[in-house]
Amino acid sequence: MSQHLHIICVTGTREKLQMAAMFASVAAATGDQVSVFFSMNALPFFVKDSTDKVPVEGRFGELMEQEVGVPPFKQLFKHASELGDAKLLPCSMALDLLKISEEALDPELGPATGLTRFLSDAEGGQLLTF
Amino acid sequence: MSECKTIDARDTFCPGPLMELITYMKQANVGDTLELLSTDKGTASDVPEWIKKVGHEMVSSEKVGEVWHLTVRKTK
Repeated sequence: MSQHLHIICVTGTREKLQMAAMFASVAAATGDQVSVFFSMNALPFFVKDSTDKVPVEGRFGELMEQEVGVPPFKQLFKHASELGDAKLLPCSMALDLLKISEEALDPELGPATGLTRFLSDAEGGQLLTF
Repeated sequence: MSECKTIDARDTFCPGPLMELITYMKQANVGDTLELLSTDKGTASDVPEWIKKVGHEMVSSEKVGEVWHLTVRKTK
């Protein structure tokens, strides 16, 4: 039976974004309904042509940077969207603060979503925060 | 006629091999067999779980040297 998985990404570090992307891609590819809400320091990495260079928190982030076989988190989020119809939702408040529009983000993202809408959609489902 | 395709996902880490398999599975026809090569131990247990959940067929799982050979068939 498919479940609803809601993921909140607020931290702009490699480890957190990687783990969130792993959950999103595997859950979406397995048939779960997945929504990912991007805000705070996590969102700027999804602006078009932004750097893939993300700060690491510790040793694990360093290890992942050294290993070429670790799938990049943006690729995993893309898989989640393309293979499993995951919704990748930018926070409308964060877009306002960054003074950018939805069009400035990677094409997999959208539409801009407010907290009330996200919370309403998340009701009764699983919620993970990174 | 059904085909058999080998997907070489050696030296990539979780969930890379699974994502590779799913990508090819989407493109495959019902009845096709896919053999996934992986050096990631977690993949050897994740793939049968995924197959069970989505309802395809796990044909075989074998470790040859350091490489897992996971063979699955698309059933729907």
